[in-house]
Amino acid sequence: MTGMIFHPGHEELHGITVVVRGASGRCWVGRYHERTERGILLHDVAVHDPVTAPVDRDAWLARLRKFGIKVDSKYVVIPDSESVEIELLQPPQP
Amino acid sequence: MTYHEMMVKPMREEVTRSGVQELRSVGDVDAALGPGAGTVMVFVNSVCGCAAGGARPALALALQHAVRPQHLYTVFAGQDLDATARARSYFADYQPSSPSVALLRDGEVVHFVHRHEIEGRPPAMLAANLIAAFDRYCSPEGVAKSEAGLKADG
Repeated sequence: MTGMIFHPGHEELHGITVVVRGASGRCWVGRYHERTERGILLHDVAVHDPVTAPVDRDAWLARLRKFGIKVDSKYVVIPDSESVEIELLQPPQP
Repeated sequence: MTYHEMMVKPMREEVTRSGVQELRSVGDVDAALGPGAGTVMVFVNSVCGCAAGGARPALALALQHAVRPQHLYTVFAGQDLDATARARSYFADYQPSSPSVALLRDGEVVHFVHRHEIEGRPPAMLAANLIAAFDRYCSPEGVAKSEAGLKADG
């Protein structure tokens, strides 16, 4: 990401807040912990469900980036079948 | 559960030696942030690696810049619980995270650096973020420019 190893001995994304877009359309934002045999473990997680959310995903993410993350769950395991795409919530500014 | 004060003392001093005043009680916070005038930086300190390896060194670098907020304060999340909660009430629209940095001008938040913007970044990158904010919101030229922008927007 930046060339700096944030947590030596862990995966590159360990400790970094990421956006995980799901095959179901749901979207999770949380601090990446590790990939386990059950899926991706995130800590301090907010979730966007397009069925119930009052705003669309992009608007929700924009709000999270500006005002921070309102945590829905202390941790979530996202099955591999769900996690379509993982990206940083806030890519480093050049 | 808070850490023993002996363990966090160096973490406090790393911030205060840059000229930042610690706010350790609700009274301290209200006395500092209550007036709401001028430019104020509140650094929310933390025991975590993001603070040790990123935010605190970045702050030290940024505060060497010629342009700085008029008032520099810090609270310690997880240690001075009441003071931190009280400080956060002054920027309540922003979700609590630590470490983090709030920059206020005349009582309004003009720049906020969340933990998720600190994680994994090297100090020089973080310092550049803060310095850009100081230049924009704390320099006379920056203030005039942003006020002109507000007037143009109506």
